[in-house]
Amino acid sequence: MSETKILLGNEAIARGAYEAGVKVSSAYPGTPSTEVSEALAKYEEVYAEWAPNEKVATEVALGASISGVRSMCAMKHVGLNVAADPLYTAAYTGVRGGMVLVVADDPGMYSSQNEQDTRMVARAAMVPVIEPSDSSEAKEFMKYAYTLSEQYDTPVILRTTTRLSHSQGLVSLEDRCVPEDRPYERDAAKYVMMPGNAIRRHVVVEERLKKLAEDACGLFLNRAEYRDLSVGFITCGIAYQYVREAMPEASVLKLGLVNPLPRKLIEEFAAKVDRLYIFEELEPVIEEQVKAWGISKAVGKEIFTIQGEYSANLLRERVLGEKLEFAPEKDVPPRPPILCPGCPHRSVFTALKKLKIRAAGDIGCYTLGAVAPLGVIDTTICMGASISTLHGMEKAKGKDYVKDWVAVIGDSTFMHTGVNSLMNMAYNQATGTVIILDNSTTGMTGHQDHAATGKTLKGEIVPAISIPALCRAMGISHVREVSAFDQEELEKVIREETQADALSVIIAEAPCALLKGMVFPNKCRPDTEKCKKCGACLKPGCPALTRREDGTIAIDETMCNGCTLCMQLCKFDAIKLVKAGE
Amino acid sequence: MESRNIMIVGVGGQGTLLTSRILGKLATEAGYDVKLSEVHGMAQRGGSVVTFVRYGEKVAEPIVEEGQADVLIAFERLEALRYLHFLKKDGVIVVNDWRIDPITVVTGAASYPEGILERLRESHPTIAVKAMDEAKKLGTPKAFNVVVLGAAARHMSFSKEQWIHVIETTVPPKTVEINLRAFEAGYSLSV
Repeated sequence: MSETKILLGNEAIARGAYEAGVKVSSAYPGTPSTEVSEALAKYEEVYAEWAPNEKVATEVALGASISGVRSMCAMKHVGLNVAADPLYTAAYTGVRGGMVLVVADDPGMYSSQNEQDTRMVARAAMVPVIEPSDSSEAKEFMKYAYTLSEQYDTPVILRTTTRLSHSQGLVSLEDRCVPEDRPYERDAAKYVMMPGNAIRRHVVVEERLKKLAEDACGLFLNRAEYRDLSVGFITCGIAYQYVREAMPEASVLKLGLVNPLPRKLIEEFAAKVDRLYIFEELEPVIEEQVKAWGISKAVGKEIFTIQGEYSANLLRERVLGEKLEFAPEKDVPPRPPILCPGCPHRSVFTALKKLKIRAAGDIGCYTLGAVAPLGVIDTTICMGASISTLHGMEKAKGKDYVKDWVAVIGDSTFMHTGVNSLMNMAYNQATGTVIILDNSTTGMTGHQDHAATGKTLKGEIVPAISIPALCRAMGISHVREVSAFDQEELEKVIREETQADALSVIIAEAPCALLKGMVFPNKCRPDTEKCKKCGACLKPGCPALTRREDGTIAIDETMCNGCTLCMQLCKFDAIKLVKAGE
Repeated sequence: MESRNIMIVGVGGQGTLLTSRILGKLATEAGYDVKLSEVHGMAQRGGSVVTFVRYGEKVAEPIVEEGQADVLIAFERLEALRYLHFLKKDGVIVVNDWRIDPITVVTGAASYPEGILERLRESHPTIAVKAMDEAKKLGTPKAFNVVVLGAAARHMSFSKEQWIHVIETTVPPKTVEINLRAFEAGYSLSV
């Protein structure tokens, strides 16, 4: 088979896992990593699942590996923090079947809360990192990651970035080749990490990395391309493409294995070129090591940035000294992302705003509740943090302090780690109020199922974990379920529960407006005669509503989903619900 | 051949992703090396969205940088203006004559600029199409992006047959006919 296909970087990674004979995959969605698992799940031969979080996913993959098959887990960069616990010790145990963690960094923070560099975590955890530069390499390197994992008896990280994950390129497809399952043998000294065993394994980890660093000089993953010797670049990942674009004549040492580094190869390259640049996005991981080896002519973050994405224009400016003046047009109003028309979060935030209640926020589309015109979210840290930060506030300032506070968290984020935080509140006798924005999906990453939706990644229908029952099982008696679109009821329940001296969970339910299969039989339509031009309906910032030149309201019926929020806010009965198409 | 650099810009939800994929497939089938770059995640939610398509003998970077675009395809007027500085000096604009107010305009924090089409025309050759009207005439407002693509087709190095073939094999089977008509509408508009 020699078919060539255009594939997303993430699809190419999945294809690599498939061709390498991966049998088990576990992941939690997170932009820009999500499509890896979705693409892999499409192959019948592979078991692929959504796990509640990245720690669970990594342990599932490790278990599969210990049992003797090749496995994968995938996550975004901050997901690796959640998975750090198993990762650091998996480096000690090593693997039986090859195991690869696909980790996607987000330089430029297109959809993330920080810009951390996975290579730093990998160095601390003493785990090898492979980094491809395009879709074609993504597939090749992913396959090779399994060879490396088994050869050196270690989990391997395949690092990608948003630009690589979400760009498409040509990939030639090959057949799947499944290695024989390795037979299980009890090996407690290797897999039971109690101090006596771990002390010995730590020695193994150090020796393994040293050996790999030596071997890395001969690995095909690392490649010296000698052209014009007056200028050379050491680079990796997508940054390699920018070098080829801006300076096609320059010599390049392209690193595909970015941890550990091939010292001899780097020293050799450095000696051959006159000027040497280290061109790597995010942290100066390569640069600091190269400089520590005494290669003092290397230039890196002195002229390139630690923040954001790189580009060919960056090289043209900083290395070639070209003056690039591209003036963006003036008076172009920004167009930030917003909650969709018919989004249930908008309705809940509208009620909170009216009641002058602040919210400790979490990770999801609903983080947009922090910005105008809603502006009710005051904190957003990481997955699950809304509930625990609210608890911290109460314990710091007392129960009255949190009477005008709530935590808001999505259903998927609640299942991810929010549930642990809620257990903590129940156990430690908190009185705060938690609102679970239950839209029946993992919204922002593009609608993935989870344990409380009743459907698996493979599309199987399974019993859903009941969020209200889960909360009640913690001994919480104030568990209220309300429709996310019922303003009156929302206000009443939020008022009651924030005032109550008891821990409460309010589950605001309504499916995400973008969920597949959603039908909206009704549309909201303004009655211009009755409209008093007060603008109350405009306040929540629904994109379907605009003000006409005469001050009355227009509703774009191609956008409107008939959620009735604007209708409920109108005191003059000037918005009606009509059947779509009438 | 030096690579051709196409930018597709619009508002999250307008179908820039699908359009860039049609274009990517077209260039692949024509035998070029192709790279595409997309934006997923939070930025898709009604925000300003940009995708890049590059094709040629050998393509290195997957993005189109400032001053490098041959064709700027915009699904909304303001977005054309926002990315105008990405065009080469001899670049071409194909813009859907359509307005979507950003939230900053809806809330009154900013105003929607007047005379965008004039500003675009002063800067570069500009083809403005009322794609939404054309698509509505066909009974499918959603097909407006294929109308725009039809108008842009004359500025790329593919035959009309190649375009028709890629549309037939990319869009859902039920929508082939309507999409072909949408393409034809755009194609004839840009003469």
